[in-house]
Amino acid sequence: MHEVAIMQEAVRLAAEAAGGRRVRTLRLRIGILSGVVPEAIRFAFDVVTRDTLAAGAALEIESVPAVAWCAACAAEFPTADFFSECPRCRTVNGGLRRGREMEIASVELE
Amino acid sequence: MCRECGCGLGGGDVKIGGHAPAGHGHEHHGRDRRHHGHGETVILNRSLKEKNDRLAERNRGFFRAKKLLVLNVVSSPGSGKTTFIRETAAQLAGKLRVGVVVGDLATDNDAARLRTAGIPVVQITTGTVCHLDADMVAKAAAQLDLDQLDVLVIENVGNLVCPADYDLGEDLRVVLLSTTEGEDKPLKYPPMFHSAHVAVVTKSDIAAAVGFNRDLALANLNRGSHHAEIFELSAKTGAGMKVWLEFLAQQQAQAAKKSRA
Repeated sequence: MHEVAIMQEAVRLAAEAAGGRRVRTLRLRIGILSGVVPEAIRFAFDVVTRDTLAAGAALEIESVPAVAWCAACAAEFPTADFFSECPRCRTVNGGLRRGREMEIASVELE
Repeated sequence: MCRECGCGLGGGDVKIGGHAPAGHGHEHHGRDRRHHGHGETVILNRSLKEKNDRLAERNRGFFRAKKLLVLNVVSSPGSGKTTFIRETAAQLAGKLRVGVVVGDLATDNDAARLRTAGIPVVQITTGTVCHLDADMVAKAAAQLDLDQLDVLVIENVGNLVCPADYDLGEDLRVVLLSTTEGEDKPLKYPPMFHSAHVAVVTKSDIAAAVGFNRDLALANLNRGSHHAEIFELSAKTGAGMKVWLEFLAQQQAQAAKKSRA
């Protein structure tokens, strides 16, 4: 996975929001089916923030559970993967509603 | 590396047609600021894919205006992308004009292979980057005479993981699964197969020799890419190519119609 590129974009947006101030905390929101591995994100964070205003900042990652949509039942249901079937009618899910997020939620500045 | 923000996304060692591209722009957005203790919390709620997604939409609009059908061909390395694209272009010759943008970490071997077949092609060498992004594609496509083309094929870097997350502005994402790979690839790499509009089983000519379990592969494709059109072919022998080319011609006619609307 491209955790370094993802983290570079997060740090870019954080730096833009910081306007020259130091970043104390950076909060990400990562879906469980995004393919992004939290350990790799943490590793990339240390590398990418080196010599930037976010160096030494805390990284908080909120994990977003996956939710799929059943068109037949017109209802959402929780899922752990891409292929699960609707627990009510047993049809294969019509698509993910949540769980693939890769977002920067907020930054806390000094 | 972009000097303004140090983001590393402004080109790095990416080369397009042998040249390093120019840097990228920066956008500033309004945001919600909240004071919190003696620090200040700035709420952003922005996708980390937003920048690429925006550029991809720009590509899509541009390609539509040019009346192009655009394919993003993805697979693991060695599934036969280049041969598949070369044969598709060769057999469409005289009917539809095909141009290619091809991405690899290094070498322009694939571009050379396509160029010998008389196909207009631009090679992107990504250096260490494991996928193509919308910006690279925009810069590479600018090196082709798009007004002389009907179909633009983007041959992505051989990788079933990262390219899944990067919209390039294509009309159709085409994923290849060769008979020499495991039949369970669609289950092992769900984001890629799930995002594909078309799934193509390649190298069907050697299916028996490599013990390919066709039923299992198709069942897995129907599960992993349940909304995708599925084709089975051999670019080498030509078996199954006709059905694929008819589908492509039909898609191209639709794309051209959309651009007139």
